[in-house]
Amino acid sequence: MSFPNELKYSKDHEWVRVEGNKAVIGITSHAAEALGDVVFVELPEVDDSVTAGEAFGSVESVKAVSDVFSPVSGTVVAVNEALLDSPELINSDPYGEGWMIEVEMEDASQLEELLSASDYEAFLKEE
Amino acid sequence: MTELKRTPLYDAHVELGAKMVDFGGWEMPVQYSGIVKEHHAVRNAAGLFDVSHMGEFVIKGPDALKAIQYLLTADFSHQQVGQCMYAMMCYPSGGVVDDLIVYKTGDDEYMLVVNAGNIEKDWAWIQDHIKDFNVEVKDISDRTGEVALQGPKALEVLQQLTDVNLDGIKPYWFTRGDVAGKPCLISRTGYTGEDGFEVYCDAGDTRLIWDRILEAGKGIVEPAGLGARDSLRFEAKMPLYGHELDENITPLEALLGKFVALDKEEDFIGKAALLKQKQEGVPRKVRGLEMIGRGIARAGYPVKKDGQVIGHITSGMPAPTVGKNLGMALIKSEFAEIGTEVDVEIRGKDVKAVIIKPPFLQKGAK
Repeated sequence: MSFPNELKYSKDHEWVRVEGNKAVIGITSHAAEALGDVVFVELPEVDDSVTAGEAFGSVESVKAVSDVFSPVSGTVVAVNEALLDSPELINSDPYGEGWMIEVEMEDASQLEELLSASDYEAFLKEE
Repeated sequence: MTELKRTPLYDAHVELGAKMVDFGGWEMPVQYSGIVKEHHAVRNAAGLFDVSHMGEFVIKGPDALKAIQYLLTADFSHQQVGQCMYAMMCYPSGGVVDDLIVYKTGDDEYMLVVNAGNIEKDWAWIQDHIKDFNVEVKDISDRTGEVALQGPKALEVLQQLTDVNLDGIKPYWFTRGDVAGKPCLISRTGYTGEDGFEVYCDAGDTRLIWDRILEAGKGIVEPAGLGARDSLRFEAKMPLYGHELDENITPLEALLGKFVALDKEEDFIGKAALLKQKQEGVPRKVRGLEMIGRGIARAGYPVKKDGQVIGHITSGMPAPTVGKNLGMALIKSEFAEIGTEVDVEIRGKDVKAVIIKPPFLQKGAK
């Protein structure tokens, strides 16, 4: 399992890639592996608003459904529609082609609540 | 936290890299390589399951037949030695204590195979209701191991390890014989909708038999976990206790009436209630559902018609072989006609679905 250093992580197992005032969001390789083969993804629509700590969508395996929480508040500016037909991208490339949504952030200071790669890895060991 | 129970194959699962979960108090493998891959392996070749957690009771004595006729819903009067029969054990209300398979192992001797999570409840229930019968009951669960080899290639793989002519065992029959040199009971049964065998052995021989089957089936047999077991039985529309059957759902509501011998001479527990329900008509029915809208039905989700709740999902998932998002639901009978459009409430949102004819998978298990 890998946790790229340039990303930030939430304790709900999402990652964030910050690009200016925008945040690209997905689920971590740990979350993807714990869930198993992802077979279904539910995403919000462009212009929907998302709130830090609240569910914006879900990922499902044959066995289970799991909510995905937004690490930041803001407005959805892009969703990864490729996931609707190819949800397995979340397993094969969780930090790349498996991205879920891009959000224009309302409050960049929310990023300070998130974990670095090494802190996230330490958090997983505790959990 | 109470300690989870482990089967004799626990170490084997860990060595194979299985993801272990709590299943009814047992620490069991939910998957090895992945549920979907294991599911397809069973449909296309073969999969090996650890089912040692299942419970086995032996009922023996001059009144053995009388006792099971009273305890269980099926009519065992014509069952022959070597034959298996599926049945339910009911409460006087008609609700279900457990569903199980009865092996007739001798003239006055039966083995009952019950669900792992129900072993203690079943044992207490049976003890309480056989007092008037001249029988002896033994719980042999702890000293019995069980593996299930399922799929179109199951026969050719298992045949390498036994002198028993496996093709001579008819579906729902069994025989005794050696597997990998160890004495076993081999039945042509399973819970996947595929041809296959269940092998019961001494607990201490389970690991050897498991390893030898995987060796003999190298490149063909995948170890398969509870996740695939659930998706396979679901596609074959086999009920799972706690979902399609429980203390509040009768066998008639679960559309398992053919396993309820209301016409057998003897009285059995639940007979009066079930007879009454049959005469009056069942208030609810277990039905198959196909999602029309985008969403996956999961156990417990409400099923609605015109905004009104008419039932709930008992099992639901994206069915790997069928390739559709399907569900089973317990629905009020007046809404249960095939072709009826309903809504499934998925996390607060109504998503369209239609009632379809089961089973989902049109493929003959032998």
